[in-house]
Amino acid sequence: MRRLFAIILVCALIAGVGVGCKAKTGVVNLGGIFCMTGGSATFGTSSKNGATMAVEEFNTAGGAMVGGVKTTINYINEDDAGSPEVGASAAQKLINQDKVIGIIGAVMSKVSLAVAPIAQAAGVPEISPTSTNATVTLVGDYIFRACFIDPFQGTVMANYVYNTLKLKTAAVLYDNGNDYNKGLAEFFKAGFEKNGGKVVAYEAFTDEDKTVDYKAQLTKIKATNPEFLYLPNYYGSAALILKQAREMGLNVPAGGGDGWDSPDLVKIGGAAVEGGVFSNHFSKDDKSPKVQDFVAKYTTKYGEAPDALAALAYDAAGLFLDAFKTAGSIKGSDIRDAMKKTTFVGISGAYKFDENRDPIKSAVIIKIVNGQQTYVATVNP
Amino acid sequence: MGQFLQQLINGIQIGSIYALIALGYTMVYGIVRLINFAHADIFMFGAYMGFFLAPVMAKVFGGAFIPTIIAAMLITGLLGFVMEKLAYRPLRYKSRLSALITALGVSIFLENFCAMPFVFGPTFRAFPDLIVAKNIPIPGNLGLSVSNVLLLDIGVSVILMVLLFWFVNKTLIGKQMRAVAFDKPTASLMGINIDVVISTAFIVGPALAGAGGILYGTTYGMLASPFLGIWPGLKAFIAAVLGGIGNIPGAVLGAYIMGISEAFATSVNSNLGYGIAFAILIGILLIRPSGLLGKFMPEKV
Repeated sequence: MRRLFAIILVCALIAGVGVGCKAKTGVVNLGGIFCMTGGSATFGTSSKNGATMAVEEFNTAGGAMVGGVKTTINYINEDDAGSPEVGASAAQKLINQDKVIGIIGAVMSKVSLAVAPIAQAAGVPEISPTSTNATVTLVGDYIFRACFIDPFQGTVMANYVYNTLKLKTAAVLYDNGNDYNKGLAEFFKAGFEKNGGKVVAYEAFTDEDKTVDYKAQLTKIKATNPEFLYLPNYYGSAALILKQAREMGLNVPAGGGDGWDSPDLVKIGGAAVEGGVFSNHFSKDDKSPKVQDFVAKYTTKYGEAPDALAALAYDAAGLFLDAFKTAGSIKGSDIRDAMKKTTFVGISGAYKFDENRDPIKSAVIIKIVNGQQTYVATVNP
Repeated sequence: MGQFLQQLINGIQIGSIYALIALGYTMVYGIVRLINFAHADIFMFGAYMGFFLAPVMAKVFGGAFIPTIIAAMLITGLLGFVMEKLAYRPLRYKSRLSALITALGVSIFLENFCAMPFVFGPTFRAFPDLIVAKNIPIPGNLGLSVSNVLLLDIGVSVILMVLLFWFVNKTLIGKQMRAVAFDKPTASLMGINIDVVISTAFIVGPALAGAGGILYGTTYGMLASPFLGIWPGLKAFIAAVLGGIGNIPGAVLGAYIMGISEAFATSVNSNLGYGIAFAILIGILLIRPSGLLGKFMPEKV
């Protein structure tokens, strides 16, 4: 630990000297780790877009003052391919080679759980835009997130289905190889049963990147006659499951979590996903001026409307940069302390961290109507 | 009872797709004693061909399914032919290990080449709806149902398998293939052109995998990434081994056992699903190490 500290100190000195010699501006690196390839690649692309936009705006606005020197950010994006192993080596590269002052990422909880111990050991703050599994930030005090956590999301959906849709029985089909899916499934079941509902089937499959056939599980689920089908999986498998369910004549309403938020859900699922409801962090149809302004800027820049992934990555990077500016330091611990005290107001709501560095903020319910995401309601914590 | 039969139907559907892939493994192995690991990627290639060709075929012919499956089979057959010529033929009389490693290399190359953004790209593709899925309830009080996609999968694979059996058993080249599989040096002394026979195996096997790819695309409606062949390919390979690698009816039998045990195991406990299925397979191989229909053949020295 002391050696590490010494290395960081030397790096800081070198950086300081370099900055001092050249002129009055400095540049520091900020890393991003997202899944740019693989089954959830649209998540990575949106996240990278959001983070890049936040960095560009920060630099245009003049950056931060670090020890009297105007400092801007150089953003370095890495691909984790949706795999914890690849994510971990990307984190090593960013920290040891690029000497980043912080890491934005990853998208998936399982990847963030692999990145977090590395960032924590190196004393580099990490903020995940979208990893909702509760254990991610428990890794250590340098680990933050910009989204609400699985318990909240699973519970919100359970309450919505039981109280608003007035459905009393539900079946769950989830990927038991992924912390995110498992977390949502557990908290949905707990919340739904607490309300008095009954989870009639609780079925699993292993690894949604490898599974394409869900008929065996669906046959079993169909025999229990559920009124609602909860699929807390990513959009690819959620769409596939629904397609196969409809093909088998299982035509009950279905829902999921923020993993459904992708245009590809409808592209793959077509009519099968129509009427599906899911919990999310942000809706582009939210009428507040801040959201509409962001949607307009993003659409001009990237040629498509932002999804929640883009909004959260924008918020995560924005929050980090805001803390960096407040701290006026490139030291991990200074930025961390500033992040803990943040009152940053982002696109997806006002941020305030609890003692586990999880934000306390609201969720929205979105419904697929005519193949379009339609905003239904905002649910407060 | 109803659920039991429904799971059996599910298993037969998956088994049909596995069978089409397993046949290619077993044919190539029977003739050149090579496990062509790139076979799974030929299956993937066939599926992507369907993705690209279906809209064109729909425009030209009006209906898409039959022209698409034929075109995909022709293209994957050609791919198999070229693959053998370029990668395996130069190594034919070298150590079998070199050919095996080459097969792995070809597999990794195909996957990663196809994953490049300007080839197929690494992301999800929604497969065009060659037919619109419809649920068809079976009359009776068991609550059974099939879908038109399921019937199509089973129908197409049965037709192709019947054609293959006719080809192998009744045509001259088929007889030559069996002769080469039985004893290569003697067959060549009898005037059989080994090159032609091997090329034929490398065309027919991949063509079947191409058809399997189209059925896969039609059934699941999406292509996850150019790595999608790995998992079905692995299962089909195990099915071929289970049935007795080198034996054509064995591959079909193995594939159906694989599909059905997978469906049943998943319905018993979805957390352990594949685990149970693979345990059954290990059990069978312990009793019959050369596969269900395979003959025990000691290595000739």
